[in-house]
Formats: sequence, structure tokens, C-alpha cells
Amino acid sequence: MRHIIAVLLENEAGALSRVVGLFAQRSYNIESLTVAPTEDSSLSRLTLTTIGDETIIEQIIKHLYRLVEVVRVINLSESEHIERELLLIKLRAEGQARSEIKRTCDIFRGQIVDVTANSYIIQLYGPGEKLDAFISAIGKATILEVVRSGVSGISRGDKVLTI
Amino acid sequence: MSSKNGGTEIERLSGGDMLLRALQDSGVEYIFGYPGGSALHIYDAIFRQKKIQHILVRHEQGATHMADAYARSTGKIGVVLVTSGPGATNAITGIATAHMDSIPMIVISGQVPSPLIGTDAFQETDMIGISRPIVKHSFLVRQCSEIPGIVAKAFHIASSGRPGPVVIDVPKDTTDPVITAEYHFPKSVTMRSYSPPVRGSSGQIRKAAEILLESKRPVIYSGGGVIQGEASGALISLAKRMNFPVTNTLMGLGAYPGDDPQFLGMLGMHGTYEANMSMHRADVVLALGARFDDRVTNDPSLFCPDAKIIHVDVDPASISKIIKADVPIVGQVGNIVEELDSLIGQEIEKNPQRYNVENLSDWWTEIKSWKEAHGLDHALEVKPGASILPQMAIQTLYKVTKGEAFVTSDVGQHQMFAAQYYKFSKPRRWINSGGLGTMGFGLPAAMGVQVARPKDVVVCITGEGSFMMNMQELSTCLQYGLAIKIINLNNQALGMVKQWQDMQYAGRHSHSTYSDSLPDFKHLAEAFGHVGLKVETPDDLEPTLEYAFSDELRDRTVFVDIWIDPDEHVYPMAVKGGAMSDMYLSKETRS
Repeated sequence: MRHIIAVLLENEAGALSRVVGLFAQRSYNIESLTVAPTEDSSLSRLTLTTIGDETIIEQIIKHLYRLVEVVRVINLSESEHIERELLLIKLRAEGQARSEIKRTCDIFRGQIVDVTANSYIIQLYGPGEKLDAFISAIGKATILEVVRSGVSGISRGDKVLTI
Repeated sequence: MSSKNGGTEIERLSGGDMLLRALQDSGVEYIFGYPGGSALHIYDAIFRQKKIQHILVRHEQGATHMADAYARSTGKIGVVLVTSGPGATNAITGIATAHMDSIPMIVISGQVPSPLIGTDAFQETDMIGISRPIVKHSFLVRQCSEIPGIVAKAFHIASSGRPGPVVIDVPKDTTDPVITAEYHFPKSVTMRSYSPPVRGSSGQIRKAAEILLESKRPVIYSGGGVIQGEASGALISLAKRMNFPVTNTLMGLGAYPGDDPQFLGMLGMHGTYEANMSMHRADVVLALGARFDDRVTNDPSLFCPDAKIIHVDVDPASISKIIKADVPIVGQVGNIVEELDSLIGQEIEKNPQRYNVENLSDWWTEIKSWKEAHGLDHALEVKPGASILPQMAIQTLYKVTKGEAFVTSDVGQHQMFAAQYYKFSKPRRWINSGGLGTMGFGLPAAMGVQVARPKDVVVCITGEGSFMMNMQELSTCLQYGLAIKIINLNNQALGMVKQWQDMQYAGRHSHSTYSDSLPDFKHLAEAFGHVGLKVETPDDLEPTLEYAFSDELRDRTVFVDIWIDPDEHVYPMAVKGGAMSDMYLSKETRS
């Protein structure tokens, strides 16, 4: 099963490599990973998505806690949460296809952010599944380039991940 | 240079001097190391101080194993100093060894000057990157003023929680004698991202007590954590109160007295028949500071089919990693066992019918029958004119040293024979590379113990294969007068490899023998300025060992080359893919 794990870690050189190294070293899988400093610049917030059964997720969380620079870890998938991912996609847009792409983009509430005579760049955000659905609706033939930010997530309601 | 500030004197020191001062302020007495370009400012700082003694090794791997064994035998933290590049990479095996066995160690590595990092400079290697998977934590020094704080943090991290090695990588410019900063050594260390557990949950401890009071076939399975956590006394108290059988892992030997009637010996791949059978048949297993290593469990799906598992460990990640714990308890094993013991004591006092040590008499009868059937005591059969059996060599060593030596070992058959036949009565006296299985560990380890304990008898039980991996350190022994005794069980082959080839590869000894090219170890030892002795017959064994440990040779490093039966195997041996009860008991029989 897919899990979204959020990690607060010290914003120090090398901290990210310890997290990534842990996954490689213990053969855990990383589907996506995003990281940036928080409002407190001494802390980074990292969101990663991984796939594994209960036992593996439990081990991942325990091993993350073993890293000295990790301050807090939560499994967002265990409770109500919001996940968002940004997609930038460059498409071949020529002739009749231009209006068809525009329509699909509108249906998904995407925005065209760059236009040339024969291409569009579309910006779209939402849960990972929505981006998957858009990519498959567009079809491989017109895609020139895909950039996805990886998932960011946050708990709904009062639950807060902070120190 | 110094200035007055509010009545307290603040000194300005260079990075090199700060490092040494911070090590002194952390209580360091010895550094094991080897100099080189990037570490030379630090070496000059060593030269200009008196409090810390530096032991010059012959290879950086030797330094790491010495510091590691210094830590294992004392509970203090071992300190290593190496230069950048090859100095750092040579230390890697020793860091990995300490990491696998959770040994507190600080490794200070020189690094090329900061502006050169990343330029493929001479003797540059990414030490932080190379060591990352095998350290508890690591630090890269950015400026000299950071050094005291980093040293204090490194010592705190290395020694608390589940201990482990910490690397401090020190670029040469940060120890420049010309650049100084104010020296502040923190009185205490607090880190928001690091707070190891101390006390166990009292609810879980109560749950464990209830299960133990109801048990009919209990076993205590205790590991290296009991030694690291100084929990041996609590373990003995609990075991005695309950009349429980105790087995130790390879790392845990000595935590429970080896000659006590409640002791079942070591468990696992080469554990005793009675220890492995007891585990397999147990209804409750109390695991203390042990990690259900694959060399213990055999096939995890067949492990202890009838047992409730109570697992006490300071590292939550060790719990339910291999075997699901029914009652997990996270915290310092010493505190938890004490609490468990006193809770059970109170419970029995309140309600004496609750528990009677006689409850276990059927269980003990069964255990004794296993011991009588296939215990280690009568495994030895000495035919007239036969060569020395390795087991006999260890038994004789045990007798000659009165069971009181600090024993280090290398890795292989001799290690297992030592673990089986030298009955360790106290913690921190059996020092071996359990997790990583590092050949070449034994000799430098014995030296590290002797440095820490100059008055005690220190023995390195080794084989000629392992010994030759770090024998250059014999030269270090002479320089510092380390009067260790090396017992070489010489079977002219890589014995454990050969045993597996005998058992699993139809006796095809692929690259495990070298009998026509071995050195004359007696003369080798003499060439290094030590005493060399050779034993070839059973009759010579005891007198030679008596001589090796006599007052006459008390201050000498002695190498005893004992030629043993080259065809002997270690038994019992777990049958691969089976349960703990599935063992080969000899070349002809299995359980």
C-alpha cells in the first residue's frame, strides 16, 4: 500500500543524504520525495511516498527516528490529510489538437502557462491520482516533457507536525 | 592567549589544540591512531600536551579494533585518529565492526582543507559519504570554533541509547595553528532531534511480569545489550528469583555466569543442543538486549512455535524487525529488568502461591535430559596418538587461566570453540566481532584491552588465517609493551570455510587451504621481538600454556602456535532453513 510519510529534520548539510541513504541501504522504496525549509529555517520538511505493508512502514518510521537529525515523523496516510503535487507538462500542440488539449486542460482545471506555435506548457496541481489521470487523458503521443514535483502533504484539522 | 571575561578566563586556541582539549574534557585517556598530511596539525597538538597518550598502530584498521575493544572491555568510549584518504578508508572495516555490535567509538579523520573538498585533491575521499551507512552519526567540521561542541555531541551520541561509532571529519584548515577561537566546552548536551529512551512503559513491564509468573517453559535469551547496558546484575537477580534457564547470544556471553547450573550456554547456529532445544520448546521467551539475528533464529517462520515473545531493547527498530514481539518494551534494559524483577518480587511476597520455583521442575528435567544426551561436556573423544582437538585447547586454556582472562577472538571455527568452551563468568571479558564477523579483529582487540587493563591477563584466541590479516600490529605490541598472549589454533586452513565446503560442497576445498605456504609462526613472533612457542602434541599442550602464562613471561607478548586436528568441525550446527531444534550434532548425526 502507498503511504505518505512526513519528516521534520534539522536543516543541515548531509541530513537529506542520510534519509535517502537509509532507503537505499535497507531496500525500501521511494516513489517521490520533496524537501524544503520550513518557516523556521533551522528545520526542513520532507514528504515522501513509499509502498510497503504495515511491517515495512513501521520499520521505515523507526529507522527514520534513529537518524540523529530527524526531529519528528508521521505517517500522513493513517489519518485525514491533504496531498498535492504540481505538474508541469510540455505538449505538442498543432492544428486541431490545440483546441482539444485546451478543453482537456480546462476539464482538469489546469492552466496553460506557455504557448508557442506548436507547443503548450500546462500547469496542473492536485493529488497524484489527478495528475496521473490528466497524463493518461492527454495521451503519450503529444507529450514532449513531464515534470512532477512529488507529493507534499499535510494533516487535516487540528493535528500539527511541529517541534 | 587568554582574556578575562566576567571573572572566568576564556582561552583562545587553535582548532588542533581545541580538539585535544575537548577530548581531555570528555575524559579521553588514549587515542589509537596513525598520522598523515591532513592530520598533522592535530598530531602537533598531541605532541604539545601530556594528558592523552597516543598509541601508534601499524595500520588504521588496527587502531579501530583497538579502540573498539578498549570500549568493549571498559564501557568507556574508544577514540581513533586517522588521516584523510587511505587513512580514512582503512578505518572503514573497523567502523563497520563497531557499528554492527553497537560499540561506542569516536573516529576523527583528517580531511583535505575545506577549499579543496570536491576537487579530487591528494588523499581526498568523501569520508562522511563513505562511512554514512555504518555510523550512528557523523560531523563535518566547518570552522574551528565548532570543534568543542561537536566533540561533546559526538560523545553524547556515541554512548547513549543504542551506542555506536561517530565520525568527525576535520578539514585541515580548521586545525590551522594560526587561526584561533574562544574555547567553550559545553557542560551538557541537549539536542531536540535526539532523545534516546530511558524507562520502559510500566504497563508493558506489568504485562511481562504476569506472563513470566504464569510460564511453564520459560527461557531468558540475553544479548550484547545486557553487557552494554550494565544489566548483568539485574539479569542474574531475576533468573535466580524465578529459577529460569538462561542462554546468551555470542555477544552476550559473560552477562550470566558461564559455570552457573541455570546457564544453558550459547544459542544459535553453533549454540548448545540444550539451549536451542529449550528455545524451540519454550512457552515464553524473555529477550533482553538481543536482536533475533539470523545466526540465532535459523528460519524465522519456524522460530519458537509455542512461545510468547517479550522483547526488551533500547532500540525500537530492533523490536519486531525479524520476530513479532507479543510484549515489546522499549528502554534501557538495566532499568527495565530491575523494575521487572522488583515487581515480580513484590507480587510473590504479596501472594506466595503465585509462584513456586518448583513449578519448573518438569521443564528442568527436560532441559537436563537434552544436556545429558548431547551437551558439550562429553563431545570430546581423544584417541591415543591423535592430534590436539581445538576444543581441548580451549578447555586447557580455561583451566590454565582459571577462567579469569579477558579473551578476544577472530572469526571462524576458533571463535565458536572459544564461545562454547571458555566459560565466561563476568561481562566485558569476551570480546569478538559478532555482527560483522571481521577476521583480523582479535589481535588489535587484545591490544586495546591490554591498554585499558594493563594488569589483567589478556588472551587473543585466533586462527592462522585471521591472525595474518592484521599481524603487523605485533610491532605495536613491542613498542608499548603490550604483553598479550596469542593462542593460535593452527589447522593450516580457513577452517570454517572448509567446514562449509565439507558439509555443503561435497568436500571441494575451493581456495581454503595454504598449508605449504604458511610462515613459521614461532620464528615470526621472535622476529617481532616476542616469545614464540609451538605445540604439536596433546601432552605438550598444558605445560606449554602453563609456561606461556607463567610469571617468567608476564611482561612478554607470547605467541603460542598450536597445531590442531585440521579435520575437526564445529558442532552443533544449525541445519539451514530449519527450526532452532534442527541441528547437526556430529559428522554422522543430526537432531
